[in-house]
Amino acid sequence: MIASLLHGWRRSLQLRVVTTTVVLSALVVALVGALLLDQIVDGILEAKQRAAVAEAYGGFATAQTLLNTQGADGASVGLLLGQVARDLSTRSTRGAEFEIVVLGSDAQPEQAQQFNPRASGLVEAESVPLDLRRAVAENEDPQVTYRTISYSNDVTERGFMVGRRLATAGAGFYEMYYLFPLAQERQTLALVQRTLFTAGGLLLILIGVIAWFVVRQTVTPVRMAARVAERLSAGELQERLEVRGEDDMARLALSFNEMAESLQQQIHKLEELSRMQRRFVSDVSHELRTPLTTVRMAADVLHEARGHFDRDAARSAELLQRELNRFEELLGELLEISRFDAGAAALEAEPFDIRDLVRRVAADTQSLSERTGSEVVLWLPAYGCIADVDARRVDRILRNLVVNALEHGEGRPVEIVVAADEAAVAVAVRDHGVGLRPGEAGQVFNRFWRADPARARTSGGTGLGLSIAQEDTRLHNGWLQAWGRPDTGSVFRMTLPRKSGDKVESSPLPLVPPDARRAHDAHPALSTGADPRDETGSGEPLRVGRPSHGPVNGV
Amino acid sequence: MKGRVLVVDDDTALSEMLGIVLKGEGFEAVFCANGEDALGAFREHKPNLVLLDLMLPGLDGIDVCRLIRAESGVPIVMLTAKSDTIDIVVGLESGADDYVVKPFKPKELVARVRARLRRPADDLPEQLEIADISIDVAGHAVRRGSDVLALTPLEFDLLVALARKPWQVFSREVLLEQVWGYRHSADTRLVNVHVQRLRSKIERDPENPEVVLTVRGVGYKAGPA
Repeated sequence: MIASLLHGWRRSLQLRVVTTTVVLSALVVALVGALLLDQIVDGILEAKQRAAVAEAYGGFATAQTLLNTQGADGASVGLLLGQVARDLSTRSTRGAEFEIVVLGSDAQPEQAQQFNPRASGLVEAESVPLDLRRAVAENEDPQVTYRTISYSNDVTERGFMVGRRLATAGAGFYEMYYLFPLAQERQTLALVQRTLFTAGGLLLILIGVIAWFVVRQTVTPVRMAARVAERLSAGELQERLEVRGEDDMARLALSFNEMAESLQQQIHKLEELSRMQRRFVSDVSHELRTPLTTVRMAADVLHEARGHFDRDAARSAELLQRELNRFEELLGELLEISRFDAGAAALEAEPFDIRDLVRRVAADTQSLSERTGSEVVLWLPAYGCIADVDARRVDRILRNLVVNALEHGEGRPVEIVVAADEAAVAVAVRDHGVGLRPGEAGQVFNRFWRADPARARTSGGTGLGLSIAQEDTRLHNGWLQAWGRPDTGSVFRMTLPRKSGDKVESSPLPLVPPDARRAHDAHPALSTGADPRDETGSGEPLRVGRPSHGPVNGV
Repeated sequence: MKGRVLVVDDDTALSEMLGIVLKGEGFEAVFCANGEDALGAFREHKPNLVLLDLMLPGLDGIDVCRLIRAESGVPIVMLTAKSDTIDIVVGLESGADDYVVKPFKPKELVARVRARLRRPADDLPEQLEIADISIDVAGHAVRRGSDVLALTPLEFDLLVALARKPWQVFSREVLLEQVWGYRHSADTRLVNVHVQRLRSKIERDPENPEVVLTVRGVGYKAGPA
């Protein structure tokens, strides 16, 4: 759940923008709401206070006038004041309620001190705090404060209190307090608060929805562009965005389409070039091959007849013949390489048992084996090693590897090991000859690379054989890798997926032979080729299965 | 005289050289330098074998091959400068029995020509049956019931090779050696294309063959009689 939310958060620009907008808006709405509420509270309280003070002043004036005109003495003052308080409290109306409390002043004669506090309604006379009373006693002007009012039915209410000292002719001072409870205002404020919250909430939802729609307007074309870009990269070059109106999105679509158009043109141009290149290679191939065939046949006829020539002419015929072989081989391989470069090489995969291909290559290289003195030893597993391969190409790869091993084998045996697992088949060709120096394993597949330029070539290889072998392997989605160590020999390992189109994940054979791994060497020349992994960790034996037949002479 | 070979090639130097080599091997060579005249030359000389260049001015080699094949089963060996599979397969599908890729060695060419002209010496009466097909080896006739199926000599050889040992699965390499006379070749296009051509002539439904069966990863075998 959380994971999917997180995923949605990362994936959807729309969700992120809407969430951010809503969160930020919520902060702003809260801030504005708080300010507004504060203002409203202040306003209401201020108005209430003004009204309260005006009411109270009126009341005080009435009371004082009564006291002055009736000039009552101690006992009647009490009655009078009680009467005044009652009369005045009748002015309290719903919506502008107040209560009146009359108290005798502490500092003055006994009558006043003995005066029973009078309070209208249910209000408690004790509600009037002492500090207010002190302020009223000390000042002639009315005093205002904001306090808690208690009622006899245990209800309390915040409210304004306005008090004033009333003077009598002979009965000392009395204090009269107006108490204005704020119940009404509290209700009003609660209503305002509720309204503000509701309005804020609705506003946020509205902002969220608006943001959703606005972002959708932007995101939809972006998503469309992404989809079209995906299709373009998948090769559907004719794919275009729809251009509507003249806004920024339309401009984006327009430039996107222009980009697609120019990409398409470039690709077409490259395809055209590649086609021309292929065509050229094909034409050159044909044009060169026809005269070469004639020359070749003429050279053969001369070569056959060399017995009738004088010594020099006979030797010339021999040289012509031999060099034509090399020329032909080189031409063939150059054309093959250019076919790979032009991307014209295609795989003709069919199920084949790799062991059969290995056997045939071993049989075909027998004469070279006899010439170099290196015996070819096959280590074939008893199980079938069927894979979808292009037999012509695999045959060429194996032939290249075996010929290479025989040429560099120094007369020591050349071993061919075959193995297979569920996903891949592998052939490793091992020689015990000069081997490779550190760093050379990565270079052997380079075109025209030679281990030692000064070294005489016994069979005049072209220097393209291993490059072609690697291209052939690559066409199968396979690996061709080299390992070697000076004077220990080298290993060339081909690994091919069993099903055409699959990729090779691991090889059923180790690249570094176990005997070489045991002998500690700090710098083995190890080519990773297409495989970036370190193979030295694997502990499989090099020899799997029993040799199905020994030296190839017995084939 | 071992046989007459019609060389159809626009390159005069190559034609002449081919003539020299073929004569040296005891063949009689006749020439034709373009596609349009090829069929006429074929009818006129009645060669035992045709060496046909695929790239010809006018009518190209593929069309010439089809025209000749339409009226004769005479062996056709293509000369091609392209080793690309598609070119070779197109050539073989148009009816050629075999091909040599330029530049070739004279010996290689002569071996191809000899292999195609060699007929089995043992024309003893022999009757073979595979699936619902009966083969009269000496009479070079293949029948389904009373219908005669027309096969080229090569297709006939291929069918006979399979039918003689119906218990055996033939790998493509073995077939190449027995029928085409190749040794140690990994070129399986020849076998594949000709098996397809053979099937299109003798199978009731070439998509679900009953006479020539594929054994995955190994090769082909004859269907049960």
